[in-house]
Amino acid sequence: MNGLTSGFGAWNPIAWALLFVGILVVSFIVRSLGNKGYKRGTGQTKVFLSGNEEPDTPDALHVRGDHLYWGMIDGLSAYYRRVKAWHTGILSDYVAWFVGVLGLVFVILVLVR
Amino acid sequence: MTALTTHAPVLLIAIPLLGAFATPLIGKLGRGARNTLVGLVVLVVAGLAALLAVDVFTAGAPTIYEMGGGTFTFPLSGGQVPVRILFEVDSMSAFMGLITALIALTGAFFSFSYWKDRSGSNLYFSLFLLLTAGIFGMQMTGDMFNFFVFLEITSIAAASLVGFRVWLKQSQEAGFKVMAMYTLSGLFVLLAIGLLYGQYGHLNIAALASRLTGSLTDVIALGLLLTGLAMKAGAVPMHMWAPDAYGEAPAPTSAVLVANSQASLYGLFRVLFTLFGASVSTGAVGWILIVLALLTIFVGVTMALIQNDLKRLVAYGAVSQIGYMMLGVGVGLAVSATKPEFGLVAMQGGIFHMLNDAACVGLLFFASGAVIRASGTRDLNAMGGLAHGMKWTSVCFAIGAVALAGVPPFNGFASKFLIYEAAFKLSPFLAVIAVLSSILLLAVFVKAFQAAFLGPRTTAMAHVTDPSPGMMLPMVALVLVVVVFGLFPGFFVDHIVTPAAKALWLGRDAYINAVLGG
Amino acid sequence: MNIGNLPFIAAALLVAFGLYTFLFKRNLIKLVIGITLIEMGVNLFLVTLGYRTGGISPIYTYAPEAQQMVLPTPQALTLTSIVIGLATTALLLSFAVFVHRHYGTLDIRKVKELKG
Repeated sequence: MNGLTSGFGAWNPIAWALLFVGILVVSFIVRSLGNKGYKRGTGQTKVFLSGNEEPDTPDALHVRGDHLYWGMIDGLSAYYRRVKAWHTGILSDYVAWFVGVLGLVFVILVLVR
Repeated sequence: MTALTTHAPVLLIAIPLLGAFATPLIGKLGRGARNTLVGLVVLVVAGLAALLAVDVFTAGAPTIYEMGGGTFTFPLSGGQVPVRILFEVDSMSAFMGLITALIALTGAFFSFSYWKDRSGSNLYFSLFLLLTAGIFGMQMTGDMFNFFVFLEITSIAAASLVGFRVWLKQSQEAGFKVMAMYTLSGLFVLLAIGLLYGQYGHLNIAALASRLTGSLTDVIALGLLLTGLAMKAGAVPMHMWAPDAYGEAPAPTSAVLVANSQASLYGLFRVLFTLFGASVSTGAVGWILIVLALLTIFVGVTMALIQNDLKRLVAYGAVSQIGYMMLGVGVGLAVSATKPEFGLVAMQGGIFHMLNDAACVGLLFFASGAVIRASGTRDLNAMGGLAHGMKWTSVCFAIGAVALAGVPPFNGFASKFLIYEAAFKLSPFLAVIAVLSSILLLAVFVKAFQAAFLGPRTTAMAHVTDPSPGMMLPMVALVLVVVVFGLFPGFFVDHIVTPAAKALWLGRDAYINAVLGG
Repeated sequence: MNIGNLPFIAAALLVAFGLYTFLFKRNLIKLVIGITLIEMGVNLFLVTLGYRTGGISPIYTYAPEAQQMVLPTPQALTLTSIVIGLATTALLLSFAVFVHRHYGTLDIRKVKELKG
């Protein structure tokens, strides 16, 4: 009743949630078996930043939006260059795309009629 | 009670319309009186939408409402044709009405606190109710010209909402662009309606649907309707106005603008399935829809990834979700000639996703509105560590984000699961794009969440706090919708989504016969 | 005199001119004029649909016997469309005023802060 079947697959969120809780419990048990002999306030509990010195002001420590995915965006730069150039923000271009799609749809619909 | 259900379709439009024009007058009495009026209007409208939905879902057949009625009994007989304006509410319309009611209700109550100490709020609520009335009208009407009128009402109200804060520079730019695009789409829809009227002499959807022959003029009208309505829904490559509009509108309105786009999408589906379902090659039209959907999904998500403005980032995410609805319904349309089992699954997924998207996107826009109001900036790079001060908002944002990205066990996954499976049956390529884009969308929201909420409390953001309960409660209500629909999808799919999907996919004859007789 | 398909051609030309304005003109006011042109084209198309050669105005009670009337529905549609057009034009023009106030220009190619 609470699950979904698509005819070839099934999805039961209650079963999934129970499994999720089970895995959570197991991971907590594993965590509690860990080494308790570390020393607080020494290098053992510091953030490891590739061996660099950890900055101490919160503003410098924060990972900002710009800092995320720059590698991926750089890797896809060929795509992003084009797609950014495409979003010009000029109303005439918006309308040009509308007219273009309208023409294309006409051609397809008339061809398959 | 029966009189109330009989008149529910027209009351859904009349009450917000009356409220819209009464708001500036009552607003002279003070904010309390105005808020009471607006709150009453949205509560009554939500109740009526629920009542109508229960009525239509239990009856299983379309309900007809005749404007100035009493002359005819429906269904007509003996070759009579409908001459008056009809409202025809089938399960799909009632389902859309529920979505609009949910967004109008939460949006209005969120707005009360959002506009508490800001100017221009009487205008805002007037336009808000006008937009709600227009959206309900588009969903309930059974008449093509009437549909155009409501389309234009939503256009004018939506564009005014985007740009009514005339002191903001970019909102004026967005307002002009959005109004120009909406008007263009409306005029081409009107041209198509004129073409159909010229041939068949009817404006009623059922009467037109039973007479369409699929001539060249019909096909041109279909092209105009398809492109015009797809543009108003924000399908790539005609989507550029959408991030401008969603991004520049006040935060609670952006959610209603998404509901407006969904209403255009509903109009598109009504045209494709009911009006043209038997007179054109549904396979080809379905594939046009699928191609537009894939572009929308992929371009929307990849553009969201590079945004550094919180509202615009969520706006591009909302654009991409329109694609999932089009993908589900497009797959259903592409195979509707043979009607295999997975076609209905695809329809269920696409239609269920409309409701889920409205809840999740609404939640995200509300949360980002709360963030922008507290932090005073929209720039993600200027935010940081907001979760220290805004614990509950960050939880709401996180739930909305993971639900929209299709992470189990929330509602977005339930509908996307149906779409993935059905799209895979048609072509694995479709499912690959859909899944990949969902993962990218999760990455988008990881970026937004990390940049805005996580990290140490930065000096500029040290003062932020959670918004007042008036803004928290609507968000919590939407979180409940997200979680309950996610945990019990089977119940909702069986009781409200499947009837709506069947009304579109299989219900063409029922829709026509309810007016014209068997 | 029979005017044949001339009104339809005029309507199509009006729509085409409007789209041309939209695609190639830069001034915001000219774009609004372009929208109005498209709208007038559509309105002309609607009115022409209901026209019958030699028809009289559709007032039922005053109509002589056996006299053809033009169709009333398209006229009602056109009237509605004109009213809606008035509202959209007014809204667009007021946006144009405020865009000019903020950006100091009416050139649509310079009004592009919202991009990407």
